[in-house]
Amino acid sequence: MRYDVAIVGGGINGCSLAYQLSKRGLRVALFERDYLCSGATGRCGAGIRQQWSTKENIVLAKESVRIFENLSRELGEDIGFRQGGYLIAIHDEDELKSAEERVRLQRSLGVDVRIIDREEMLDIVPILDPDGMQAISATFCPTDGHADPFKTTFAYARSARRYGADIFTHREVRKIIVNNGRVVGLIAGRDEVKADYIVNSAGAWSREVARLAGIKIPNVPVRKEAIVTERIRRVFDAMVISFRDGIYFSQQDEGHILGGIPGPDEREGYHFQPTFSFLVHMARTLTRYAPSLRCVKILRHWTGFYDVSPDARPIIGEDPKVKGFIHCHGFSGHGFMLSPMVTKILAEYIADGKDSDHLHSLSIERFKGKKIRREVSVVG
Amino acid sequence: MSKKIVCRCEDVTEEDVIKAIEDGFTDFEELRKRLRIGMGPCQGRTCIPLVLRILSRKTGKRVDELTKPSFRPPIVPLTLGSLSGEEDEV
Repeated sequence: MRYDVAIVGGGINGCSLAYQLSKRGLRVALFERDYLCSGATGRCGAGIRQQWSTKENIVLAKESVRIFENLSRELGEDIGFRQGGYLIAIHDEDELKSAEERVRLQRSLGVDVRIIDREEMLDIVPILDPDGMQAISATFCPTDGHADPFKTTFAYARSARRYGADIFTHREVRKIIVNNGRVVGLIAGRDEVKADYIVNSAGAWSREVARLAGIKIPNVPVRKEAIVTERIRRVFDAMVISFRDGIYFSQQDEGHILGGIPGPDEREGYHFQPTFSFLVHMARTLTRYAPSLRCVKILRHWTGFYDVSPDARPIIGEDPKVKGFIHCHGFSGHGFMLSPMVTKILAEYIADGKDSDHLHSLSIERFKGKKIRREVSVVG
Repeated sequence: MSKKIVCRCEDVTEEDVIKAIEDGFTDFEELRKRLRIGMGPCQGRTCIPLVLRILSRKTGKRVDELTKPSFRPPIVPLTLGSLSGEEDEV
């Protein structure tokens, strides 16, 4: 088998990139060890947010929202995209000061965001208790939102197949073949596949995939946990988050409330077991934020991974030493929302050799001896 | 022929399952993500055996050869209030 590009990992970024590349006429194969969206994508909070602290993330997220807005039409099936906004709690005067700075930066880049008072918080999410959540105000961006990760991934995969991409599930990449500093192919299952480019979009397993090509990447997998409640009547459209408490929660289209928070027993490594300490911490914090949810039942509790890079920003672009090896990982919990723009940039680079500022600022080389600027607006 | 419901929580019919299998969703976890089967309050107690039988019929694999569905806690739904340690449980 011979392809222009072989993609390793069938989450949102792998599938979206397979679509972008095959649409541009390239021969694409995607290899997924399990099933599509079996990793972080199918376990994520599904939020789409433009309220970031670094310019790069704000621009990437904003451009991604623009793509999400037309994606159902573009892919020919509903991806469950809606814009209910993100409400970010501000807990004290210090936080207010940094929120004002962030809002200024975001607005200068064209994001519709503002600071709202406690009364307006209640208009947007009536079940909140500002005293319980210890919030003095909040920031709100009405064009932030949500999409269905399953529907979006499957829609990308279907469109990619329509453009001729081969998507193989339940097929693990066991070897990456590098010759004279250039990728030449890989071995997936029992098949040897030739490819000019190999993309690492394996999420929490990207460091194992990089190792197959002899490349060391600085990412660590961190176990995250989330819950979903039974369906209740539609009460709010916004995602509520707090950087101080680390909590996020929103109401899904079907009526469930879905959320997460860093657990007391959170640690690095491939740990799959859900923890009871998380469940108690989440229940306590959520009912502090929204006391009326006390009588709502949790249906499920699960784990997933953040693929965390040293500055909590993605690592994208061609490897400086191994030519043809494309990084697309390190999303640190934000892979779903940034995927439309990141994969567009990568597809333009692979298909047309087009350069972009993002390819420089998000290159793996930024970790070499330079001072890094960490994204601080992180939850979950 | 009347509709045969296989997942009562999420209102999924046998026909929906067959169509999804024909669209390439050929194990339980993929079907779960496509159709939301097993994601309701019963956590798949009703639909899992039914869907596995349909899968077995459509794929020609024996039920014991199919990938087993994963289970997620809690076994029964629990209120957020009881989990946060409140005395006056609803």
